[in-house]
Amino acid sequence: MNLPDAEQLILSLADQVRPLLDEGAALVGIHSGGAWLAQRIQKLYGKNVDLGTLDISFYRDDFSRIGLHPQIKPSDIPFDVEERPIVLVDDVLFTGRTVRAAMNELFDYGRPGKVTLAALVDRGGRELPIEAQIVGAHIPLQPQQNLHLLRDEHGTLSLKLHEAA
Amino acid sequence: MKILIKNGRLIDHKNNIDAVRDVYVAAGKVVAVGDAPADFHPNATIDATNLVVAPGLVDVSARLREPGFEYKATLKSELRAAVAGGVTSLACPPDTDPVLDEPGLVEMLKHRAKLLNLAHVYPVGALTRKLEGKELTEMSELAEAGCVGFSHVTARLTDTLVLRRAMQYASTFGFTVWLHPEDAYLAKNGVAHDGEVAARLGLAGIPSSAETIALATILTLAEETGARVHICRISTREGVEMLRQAKQRGLAVSADAAANHVHLTEHDIGYFDAQCHLKPPLRSQRDRDALRQGLADHTLDVICSDHTPVDDDAKLAPFGETEAGATGLELLLPLTLKWAQETATPLAAALARITSEPARLLGINAGHLSVGATADICVFDPEQFWKIERNALHSQGKNTPFLGMELAGKVRWTLVAGQVVHQS
Amino acid sequence: MNNPQLTKNGELKHLLSIEGLPKAILNQILDTAESFVGVAEREVKKVPLLRGKTVCNIFFENSTRTRTTFEIAAKRLSADVINLNVNTSSQSKGETILDTVDNLIAMHADMFVIRHAQSGAAHFIARHVAPHIRVINAGDGRHAHPTQGLLDVFTIRRYKPDMHNLRIAIVGDVLHSRVARSEIHALTTLGVPEVRVIAPKTLLPHDVERLGVQVYHDMNAGLKDVDVVMMLRLQNERMNGALLPSAQEYFKCYGLTQEKLALAKPDAIVMHPGPMNRGVEIDSAVADGAQSVILPQVTYGIAVRMAVMSILAGNTEE
Repeated sequence: MNLPDAEQLILSLADQVRPLLDEGAALVGIHSGGAWLAQRIQKLYGKNVDLGTLDISFYRDDFSRIGLHPQIKPSDIPFDVEERPIVLVDDVLFTGRTVRAAMNELFDYGRPGKVTLAALVDRGGRELPIEAQIVGAHIPLQPQQNLHLLRDEHGTLSLKLHEAA
Repeated sequence: MKILIKNGRLIDHKNNIDAVRDVYVAAGKVVAVGDAPADFHPNATIDATNLVVAPGLVDVSARLREPGFEYKATLKSELRAAVAGGVTSLACPPDTDPVLDEPGLVEMLKHRAKLLNLAHVYPVGALTRKLEGKELTEMSELAEAGCVGFSHVTARLTDTLVLRRAMQYASTFGFTVWLHPEDAYLAKNGVAHDGEVAARLGLAGIPSSAETIALATILTLAEETGARVHICRISTREGVEMLRQAKQRGLAVSADAAANHVHLTEHDIGYFDAQCHLKPPLRSQRDRDALRQGLADHTLDVICSDHTPVDDDAKLAPFGETEAGATGLELLLPLTLKWAQETATPLAAALARITSEPARLLGINAGHLSVGATADICVFDPEQFWKIERNALHSQGKNTPFLGMELAGKVRWTLVAGQVVHQS
Repeated sequence: MNNPQLTKNGELKHLLSIEGLPKAILNQILDTAESFVGVAEREVKKVPLLRGKTVCNIFFENSTRTRTTFEIAAKRLSADVINLNVNTSSQSKGETILDTVDNLIAMHADMFVIRHAQSGAAHFIARHVAPHIRVINAGDGRHAHPTQGLLDVFTIRRYKPDMHNLRIAIVGDVLHSRVARSEIHALTTLGVPEVRVIAPKTLLPHDVERLGVQVYHDMNAGLKDVDVVMMLRLQNERMNGALLPSAQEYFKCYGLTQEKLALAKPDAIVMHPGPMNRGVEIDSAVADGAQSVILPQVTYGIAVRMAVMSILAGNTEE
């Protein structure tokens, strides 16, 4: 399968997010891929914009089955969330469970204004009533397929497909 | 009843025999060794091919818990355990409830033991009334009732004047005084050797000096009073060395080590294993090695089981709140064999430490199979391993540091006074 | 010997002692705790990790302070918390520790936080509970207080991130201190090259060097050029008697004052597990001074305990 170039998709995603940032929205990336994307979007935007990251480990719904992730990064929301419009950035939108966890965590920081979801790729397979308003690309995949966003040592992002055995 | 024990490897250290010999038993006695007496028609034959035929074991310290602690063990259960372990004679310490400080209690104990027709029981009387360390017991009367010596067990005896008088009085009659060397102040509240493991686990320690200070007191008084002393459960390297020197000076002193201490160290406590809560505490590797050296050069005369059956509840608590002690009668033989194997001690010499030597210390006619001797016999398989499990133990006490391990040395037949009292 | 704290896969099952825990697990706890520090600063100081779980704080030895920190930690993880102070009088009615624990398991407790006056009590309970139950040692006799040891190294790491380049002194009653033992194990496991203990001989265990520490009896020599000074609490009952002649003499020889602290490195930090005996082991000027990190220790203690609880609750393999 030919995967699109992640770097190209980022440009498209940044273009779509730009109007929201112009209206004063803050960026929140979901650790780790979404956080990379949020950083890149901030850079492409070129102006100062509030940027936060969420590590949703404490909010996962599969904790009782798989335990705590061994490497958790602290969540960091260095601005007041109260009434603030937020663009939540994720790399690959799949079941929607990650976004559910991220929104729960986000709300523990305060009551945000409008929350918009931006995903680099929507691969389908939703298990929750969650949709992204901004999508870089739609790539329908089978359940056993896994799509990951990778970052090399130069900071270049790329998509990689894994077939589960 | 006539019994022939044939084809076995007879090991009788006292008579210098280690060879395949048949043993002939009649009317409770050994009637012949080697060639059959004329007209000997056995009622039963024991085929001891590939097995060892030895005198029944003699244990210088086994708590039977009666009277007073029947919830821990009974005469019946423990004497049953004794013969299952090949032990046919044992000395029991006086720390029962009531304490063995009156002739009537001693006679009763001996009488009840005799009715059970299992191992022979030799009570050790209390050195002071109620083991309170204040007043002397009627040692002469107690000896007549059957006491083979007088002990203060692990009860406090801090008044050295009382100790000195007890030794003087006992030596007047030639009685042996049995003493556990442990300074009551230094050992107070302690539950483990005051060493690396206690430091790590935060357990209150009993320093080696608790033993050596008490030992110095005992040896000094023994020298002064001329009393014959048996030192119970030596556990430290320094203690062994003091005894070695005392023996070289010609002091009438004997000593034993507990089978557990010949094998285990403080490290076996691991993560607070209460099975290893023993008294005296398991000490360092160096101490254990010194005990082995002491056995090798006869500074230590015998190995004993220090059989102390403890009820399960008493072990079911954090380490420091548990009761010290372990069941031992059924492990005396396998642990002695293990020691012999690990130290390359010949089997005959090893068995002497649990047969003829303890019999000599107790002053009883046992621990050998001379013609005419009481037929107390242990027939065992030195190669057969068995797993130390609760179900495998006859003792009511199921606690031992060796629980779950496999040890070589399985008793197949035990005879007491010519009768088979155990068979497996 | 199997480490009773670990599952077959080498994951943390109970937290009973720092000793025997691999460095990777210590670091996992400390790293996870970093994430929990931020939680306390948010609008909602709670995460849903232990929702539906019941944590029982069983304190056979009273300690309001320690119990409170565990209670807050459990509540910030959304667990239900039951506090039980079992005084010795109800114990003497014949109810054993295991009876107490079994009762709570019958009420579907999931995790036990145990404080007991006997060394090995938490090990004992961990050995006897059902496989799905998790046990945290909140102090057993003189043996261990692992969460205190962890929060101490967490605090040190925050102020002195390069653990491989530190000189640390632990001052006071090491003999009776579970805190000292846990601190020593945590520091040596994390690779601190020089850990000193400073105390009179009556307050040091036999063979203490075997724990991997250097022994000092003179505080002035022991504090020289250290990066961290960790004070220990001196229990009241030990101040007079055969261990020490008096609290005054102890303060003179082993109390931390500004003058003595000046021997340490200028940026040295001062720690104390609390509660402090001001004027006995530590002078108020030091306790409240610029180099003191005693209050941050308390704050981080919550995060560390949250980390331990959530890691244990997540390791469901039995």
